[in-house]
Amino acid sequence: MLSRLGIALVLPPPTSRKTVELGVRHAPEFACFPLKLNLGNFLEARELGADTILMAGGIGPCRFGYYAEVQREILADLHVPMEMVVLEPPAGDWGAFKAGVRSLIGGRSWWDVLKAIRFAWYKARAIDAVEAEVLYLRPRLFEPQRVEELCREALGRLDASGSRQELDHAVGEFRRTTRGLPRRSGALLRVGLVGEIFTVLEPYANYDIERHLGLLGVEVTRGIFLSEWINEHLFGGLLRVHGLEHVEELAAPYLNAFVGGHGRETVAATVHFARQHYDGVVQVAPFTCMPEIVAHSVLPAVARDQEIPTLSFYLDEQSGIAGIVTRLEAFVDLMTARRSRRGKQEAAGRKRL
Amino acid sequence: MIVIRIGIPRALLYYMYFPLWRAFFTELGAEVVVSPGTNKEILDAGLQSALNEACLPVKLFFGHTAALADKVDYLFVPRLISIEPKAYICPKFMGLPDMLRARINPLPSLIDVSVDFSRGNRDWYSVLSLAGRQITSDNNLIRKAYSSARAAQDLFQKQLEAETPVLEAIKRATGKRAPDRGGQAAAEPGCLCIALLGHPYNIYDDYISMNLIQRLRSLGVRVITADCVPQQTIAEQASRLPKKLFWTLGRKMVGAAHAFYDSSRFDGMIYLSSFGCGPESLVGELIARWARRRPDLPFMLLTIDEHSGTAGMITRLEAFTDMLKRRRKREDHLPAHGQPVYSSQGVAVQTGDRPGAATAYLQENR
Repeated sequence: MLSRLGIALVLPPPTSRKTVELGVRHAPEFACFPLKLNLGNFLEARELGADTILMAGGIGPCRFGYYAEVQREILADLHVPMEMVVLEPPAGDWGAFKAGVRSLIGGRSWWDVLKAIRFAWYKARAIDAVEAEVLYLRPRLFEPQRVEELCREALGRLDASGSRQELDHAVGEFRRTTRGLPRRSGALLRVGLVGEIFTVLEPYANYDIERHLGLLGVEVTRGIFLSEWINEHLFGGLLRVHGLEHVEELAAPYLNAFVGGHGRETVAATVHFARQHYDGVVQVAPFTCMPEIVAHSVLPAVARDQEIPTLSFYLDEQSGIAGIVTRLEAFVDLMTARRSRRGKQEAAGRKRL
Repeated sequence: MIVIRIGIPRALLYYMYFPLWRAFFTELGAEVVVSPGTNKEILDAGLQSALNEACLPVKLFFGHTAALADKVDYLFVPRLISIEPKAYICPKFMGLPDMLRARINPLPSLIDVSVDFSRGNRDWYSVLSLAGRQITSDNNLIRKAYSSARAAQDLFQKQLEAETPVLEAIKRATGKRAPDRGGQAAAEPGCLCIALLGHPYNIYDDYISMNLIQRLRSLGVRVITADCVPQQTIAEQASRLPKKLFWTLGRKMVGAAHAFYDSSRFDGMIYLSSFGCGPESLVGELIARWARRRPDLPFMLLTIDEHSGTAGMITRLEAFTDMLKRRRKREDHLPAHGQPVYSSQGVAVQTGDRPGAATAYLQENR
């Protein structure tokens, strides 16, 4: 979207160990993990010559809404001269939102901005489509690495695309090539991935949890996608996105109020997955994430009533991959055992009839 | 006639609203039962029932709730969404009733009215009248009870602004002791004065704060907390932030911190925060950063959780107050935070907490 408006864009390099180290060194010790990674991204972008940071805001009660303010102070103390443009959700205050955008676009017209936004939106949906495909295919293929390679290629092509046709073409191409990959047969375990959105979406923050589950032969469905977040935070929910509906009804009676972030969505998605007869739900959240702690607190009640096993991970720079994989393996074993026990019970039930 | 017993856990916003709540329910003819002061048993019950990842104050709330569970007919656990416009308290406060229902069993009926002043002009009357209707249908009685509740809360607020310690002010506002105008016993002239920041449920809970306030007093320190700052001042000072803070308690801390920075009566500042507190992880960071840019006001951050030990706390308090006393004596000779100290060899040594900074400075000046 920004390159379409003629603004030189510096993308921070993909989150890496170095990002984590930079972020952890300068961020508050007890801040949540996304803030640390985020700060690391900024500092790395600075090394590549960026002078302005474009960042989303928020109005709480989740900490994300105040990230930019704290990061501004940290950068000031580090004597890193970077300007921050914070796009606050336009809740009743379109003036401030407009001013923020205006400072970015300079003299270009609002019509150009609108076109750029529509394009950016289309691109976000295209990325979600490719990633959903990978989640579907990974446990089904003999060579899951192959689809990961193709996905990387496709994302690169999406990134370079300048028009809708190119985006459609890249997604179509990806679908065509992956369709031909050899698949294995047999029933799959299905797991819903819920939790705080950044941790769900950023593989570096969730220690590639989707990939590990996929390689263990589990089909993962995300409870939340990037485009939903953009819609909610930057467009004030103006667009109609096919996301989880009836969140309030699903989350009741376990969680009867909005608790910030995606706490209620986590509970609602867990109930949703249970009703779809998924084998389990994995919750991921940054360590000390407030909304997810509330959600996690009520999950045992959900798990009991809805008969679905849940596993929660709190992640930060201290987490270790071996521990995570061991717990995932145990969880997969549990789900497998549960399924075969259920299968036997059903068979026994049929015989008696 | 059977008297209804209503339990109020001695945790979280108890330290801000107990006089209001107590007066209201007492006037309605109910018996208000408060859980005992935090002790090991309550802490353990909290640790057992609450989620591991929750913060200490929330775990304590679980503990206090458990302590009341079989002693009362109702528990007053309002869903605390917002107590001022455009600000929340904390996501965990918003989910309290749900978390309790999911994790404590059996639980008496909860009076879980929503407290949400962020939208429209709702106030405590609308909240409490809803709560009151669960135990009586007499609207006149509710109105009367509310006006005496308001009076009790106003008295409480006045006591606080006169620098009366909170627990003392609660006693006075609930009629357990006659109010007076004295505030803290007049401190001896020339004693240290420390600004203590922290959420009320942390600094005023003697058990988990490990008697912090008492300890400071016995070290000859006069303690001033954010509750001593008039609400008007807090609102003005907090509005100095470029972006409005959306946590009430955070705003209170920021406003009080700025008021303290502006005043010259303080020798030092201490922030007591609880491990894993979301708002404090950012607000505390901001306050600490501002404090470091202020060379004349030493700042110490203490973090507590259920594993904190008294010995470590005492050592740090003693060291901090000793340092403040020395500063007073030799004010002109001491470097501020982050400024170089010149040793006899003429090599600069950086004071400060970034280990890399000192070496970098040495290398540059070699």
